[in-house]
Parts: sequence; C-alpha cells; structure tokens
Amino acid sequence: MAIGSLLVANRGEIAVRILRAAKALGIRTVQAYSAADADSLAVRMADEAVLIGPPPAAKSYLNGAAIIEAAKGHGADAIHPGYGFLAENADFAQSVEAAGLVFVGPSAQAIRLLGDKVAAREAARRAGVPTVPGSEGRIADARVARELAATMGFPVMIKAAAGGGGRGIRIVSDAGAFETQFAQASAEALAAFGDGSLYVERFIPRARHVEVQILGDGKNVIHCFERECSVQRRRQKVWEEAPAFGLTDPLRAALCESAVSLGRSVGYRGAGTVEYLYDPDEERFHFIEVNTRIQVEHPVTEMVTGIDLVAEMIRIAGGERLSIRQEDVRLEGHAVECRINAEDPAAGFAPQPGRVDGLAVPKGPGIRFDTMLYDGYTVPPFYDSLLGKLVVHGADRAEAISRMGQAVAALRIGGVKTTAPLHAALAASEELRAGQVHTRWLEDWLERTPLTRQEEVA
Amino acid sequence: MPKLEIRAPMPGVFYRRPSPDTPPFKADGDPLSPGEVVGLIEVMKSFHEVKAEVGGAALAFLAEDGDAIMAGQVLAEVED
Repeated sequence: MAIGSLLVANRGEIAVRILRAAKALGIRTVQAYSAADADSLAVRMADEAVLIGPPPAAKSYLNGAAIIEAAKGHGADAIHPGYGFLAENADFAQSVEAAGLVFVGPSAQAIRLLGDKVAAREAARRAGVPTVPGSEGRIADARVARELAATMGFPVMIKAAAGGGGRGIRIVSDAGAFETQFAQASAEALAAFGDGSLYVERFIPRARHVEVQILGDGKNVIHCFERECSVQRRRQKVWEEAPAFGLTDPLRAALCESAVSLGRSVGYRGAGTVEYLYDPDEERFHFIEVNTRIQVEHPVTEMVTGIDLVAEMIRIAGGERLSIRQEDVRLEGHAVECRINAEDPAAGFAPQPGRVDGLAVPKGPGIRFDTMLYDGYTVPPFYDSLLGKLVVHGADRAEAISRMGQAVAALRIGGVKTTAPLHAALAASEELRAGQVHTRWLEDWLERTPLTRQEEVA
Repeated sequence: MPKLEIRAPMPGVFYRRPSPDTPPFKADGDPLSPGEVVGLIEVMKSFHEVKAEVGGAALAFLAEDGDAIMAGQVLAEVED
C-alpha cells in the first residue's frame, strides 16, 4: 500500500531528515517524541507530534508498544525507525506488521537473519561473499578455538556472535593467553547481549572499514557504491567518505557486486549496508556484517550518486518497485562527512549537553549540514551526542577534503563545545590526505596530536 | 540531626546499581564514607561515577534508579 501518513520513531538529525523526505513525497508526518524532546526541531516540523514517554530511551524511543499505539492513535499507516533504538529490532518490526502497519525497513525475518553475525556470515558465504578466515559458526570450546586459532595464525579476534558497539571483542596475540581471553569475552557477551556465544576470525592489522550501500525492493537489488569509514574512535565512526579511496575499478565492481548478491540471496527490501574489512596489503575485502537500516553516514552516498536514499526506502516500504536501475547509478566526484558531536575533544571527549546559541551554518555549492539544531535549542543529556553532520562534495578527494576544512572553519555552534576542532585538524592532516588511515589510526593520531582547548563562542 | 546533601555533578539519567542485574552500590540507611560511589549518571551514552564528597551515619536516596536528573539536583542526603 502507498504510505499516506508516516510516524517517525526516532529523534535528532535523522528524525528531521526523514520528515523532510516524507514531506517531499507528500506524506503526512507524525513525530513520536519523549518528554525531553518536546522542544525539538522534529516536533516543530511534523504535521502532528505525539508524546510517547519520559526522557530515558528505555521508556520512550525503545518502548515499541507505546510507539505502535501512537501510530494507530494518530492515523499513521507506517513507522520509520531511523537508526539505533528499534531500527534493527526484529520483534518490533514483526509487531508493527502484526498491528497492520508498514515497517519502513526489511522484513523481520531478514533483520533476524542478518542481525545474527554468525548466521549472516553463513549467508554471505553461501552467496559467494568472501569472509574473514575463521571458525565456521559458533565455537563453544575454548581449547578447540585455540587450536583453530593456532592453525589460522595469531593474532586472531574473538568476537561475540550477538555483538555490536565493540563489546565482546578480544584481539589475542598468542596461544598462551587465549583460553582466559576466550572465557572473558564470553562472559562479557553474555552480560551485554544475553548470549555468550563466540566465533573466531583472523585479525587483519591496518584494516580499513569499507561498506557498500544497497537498495532492494524484495525482488531487485542494486548498489549505490561504497563508503570509506576507517576513521573511528572507540569503534565509532568519526569521518566518512564516498567512495573509498585507492580501489581499482575491477576491485570496486567485485566488492559492490558481492553486496548485491548477498542482498539478492535474502530477498532484501529497503536500504541496507554490507560492511567489509579491506586489507590494502593484499587488496582483498572480507565481509563483516549487514546493517539492516539507513545509516548515519548515508549522505556521502547521496552526494556522490544524487539518489535520495531515505525517500527511496519510504517508496519501497509503500510497495513500489525500485525507481532506479543499476546502470543509472553513477559515481560523481567525492564526498566527506564529519560527525559534529557535543563532546569536548580537548577534554577526553567529555559530553557537552546544554543550550546552543549563535548557530552559523556554512553555505555554498557542495555543502550540506544535516542537523536538528536551532538557536536557543537545549541539547538534552539523555541521548547520543550527535548534533549534526557536515557533508561536502568535491570533484575529487583532495578538493572534498579542502572544502571540508573551509566548511568546518565556518561552522559556529555557540554555547556547547563540539568536535568541530577535531575535524578541522583532521582535514589538515597530511596522513589523512595521503590516505594512510586504518581503523586504529585515529586513536593513535589523537595521542600524537594534541588538540588545543576551544574558545568559548558567545 | 543535620543532613548533608549529595548533588548531581551533571544532568542525565541516574542509576543506583552498576548494571541492571546487580545490587545497588548503596542501600537506604547504609553508612557512607567520603569517596564512596553512590551511583552512576548516564550522560549522552557515557557513564560517570557519582562519588560522595561527604560521609555520614545513614544515607537516604531522593532520586530513584533510572530517574532523569538535572545538574545540581539533590540525589541523596546523609545524616552527619
């Protein structure tokens, strides 16, 4: 069914992004909000807004029953979960459909299959997608795991099957410490995810994080090329690019085709991301996992392909076929995104909730700022620290990085300290410009590169 | 008996226990020494310990586990 009215079950910049896309499609919008977000830009923008609970996310944005009730009570026929919160919760997706509503995303079954890292890895192998050498499925016995690790060669990674956010992961450099580390990772995974099962993979030093954007309508699946997300701190992405740099055309084609073939093998519907580790020394990529949602960094893909991914996922959820054919997806120039967080990089990235004043957003060709900020808005302490995403486009990577340097210098967010100075320093970094980055590079660079304290902006 | 206050150093969500399935750091009526942890505050998905700057004979919480709190809000009182 075509979607006439959409409830947005998320907050912050992604809620604003979804509202804009829905409005452009002529869809009536309902914004679900917690008591802490009554003054949010999303609430102001939506046609209607509905309070779903108190500030803590567990009692509002994670309360599936309240969200479904709100959608039904306000005449919405679909729910967009954004990212985080309930976006990859198969039970929620199932409840939404059981309530006669449309879940804007893949089927509950696809979320469940791809959300289990071991099952996803099996699906990837069956679809012919290269995986990191490692155990075939869950491995329960620490001694068996150690013997396997010894045959693969150390260092290895022990990973939680149910993992996420870097928890339940150990890098083990030799057989001596293996069994203790295995037991610890299992206990950590059990505490964090309620599932202590583990698997083992070869550890690739200096690996880069490269991911492919796919779109599917349940029958046809296409890719919108790949993103480079190697600049990370504590496994959280900080700076993202599209496309990845230094890939040959045949390698890029094989990478993107493998993501499409995995999507096709599960009849994927909606926007999704297939994540890979790229080993630049061997010019090989290895499957890691699939994110069955729109991602924070989707704008860099939009900038280089001209495709509105959020609009496309809403149309597909409404029952339409993909409006784009693979041969129409073209890569134009290079895009960079910086996540502007309410954190003080000069003080150990301490969180900075508070009132924003003196907001000045850079404007110009090839500059986009996705945000929920407005002058006088108070950033609440209850949710993540993302204030906005500064995205720029250039003819090539060097131009995009230079443009980012100028744009971030022109961005003013008074009242709270932000990660903007970090991004200014990154844009000026010779190492980043030369592409000498990998997933552990940023933390090492931060130790070598003292960031000066920010001046208070009135 | 005079009461000393323990205030929230930052806004966020207050937790009285280190994780959902473990006992609280401190129970009502417990004695308290300066420097002891009485709770956690979650602010923007990061967790910060709340350490008592004062001590006393009997602790009484005014904020409950999972409460949204403001900076400066009184979390607990302790009898001097």
